[in-house]
Amino acid sequence: MRWFWIDRFIEFESGSHAKAIKNVTLAEEHLHDHFPGFAVMPGSLMLEGMAQTGGILLGEKNNFDHIVILAKVPKIQFHRWVCPGDTLIYSATLLEARDEGGSVECAAHVEDRLVAEAEIVFVHLDPDDPQYGPADQKNFVFSMNLMGILDVGKAGDGSDE
Amino acid sequence: MATTEEVYEKVQETLIDALGVDDDEVTADATLVGDLGAESIDFLDIVFRLEKNFSIKIPRGELFPENLASADSSFVADGVVTAEGLEELRSKMPFADIDKFADDPKVENIQDLFTVNMIVKYVEAKLASGE
Repeated sequence: MRWFWIDRFIEFESGSHAKAIKNVTLAEEHLHDHFPGFAVMPGSLMLEGMAQTGGILLGEKNNFDHIVILAKVPKIQFHRWVCPGDTLIYSATLLEARDEGGSVECAAHVEDRLVAEAEIVFVHLDPDDPQYGPADQKNFVFSMNLMGILDVGKAGDGSDE
Repeated sequence: MATTEEVYEKVQETLIDALGVDDDEVTADATLVGDLGAESIDFLDIVFRLEKNFSIKIPRGELFPENLASADSSFVADGVVTAEGLEELRSKMPFADIDKFADDPKVENIQDLFTVNMIVKYVEAKLASGE
């Protein structure tokens, strides 16, 4: 399994906002344990999806020069269940983007129903940082290896980008 | 021009939101790390919120200087901040209570310089300068 919790971007406006979708399916192994007989998309994975949407938005603004790490979730609220067959739409708006990190405001919808809201703070990790050493690049999905998801996305005006 | 009381109240709200603490915990003397349980990540969040709540710009390292002790090897000797190091702290953190820290200038006490009062004074000076 690869740690991709968004399937595709449907909107991406550099430095401003982005929308990504996640199709929830019974083929996902974990849904059979969460919960047996009552498959519900785990909230933690919705948060991960929102963090990937927002983290890529922040990373792209700086041409992915920094490794973007989820640092803090000051706010998260879940409103409804999300079940197999649902298409989650994660929208992220960039609140802050600075040298040392940034923050985003996110929402998750299924159709027009709001299912979750979050605020997420990211920090940048750079090669000259003393803590960079132990960090394994491969663990950081917000770095370049998620760019492939952007290939199928479209720019905010609907043109291929 | 905001009064000290107004600035204090807004700083208090900011810290309640950023750290999830109660308003009665956020006293003027409270230290961010020791009393309010802030971690390094929270400092960035606090800076974001202060900028938004007060419409000010806080350059990196201006409110919460980074790597205070390790910046220069002459600043610390045997786990204690030297006179030279104290001067550096005074210039980098003009709103912190360096005199109080100088009574027991152990490196691990540096984090106690970050108090609610220090933020209030910093924001007041920032607002007064009109930046």
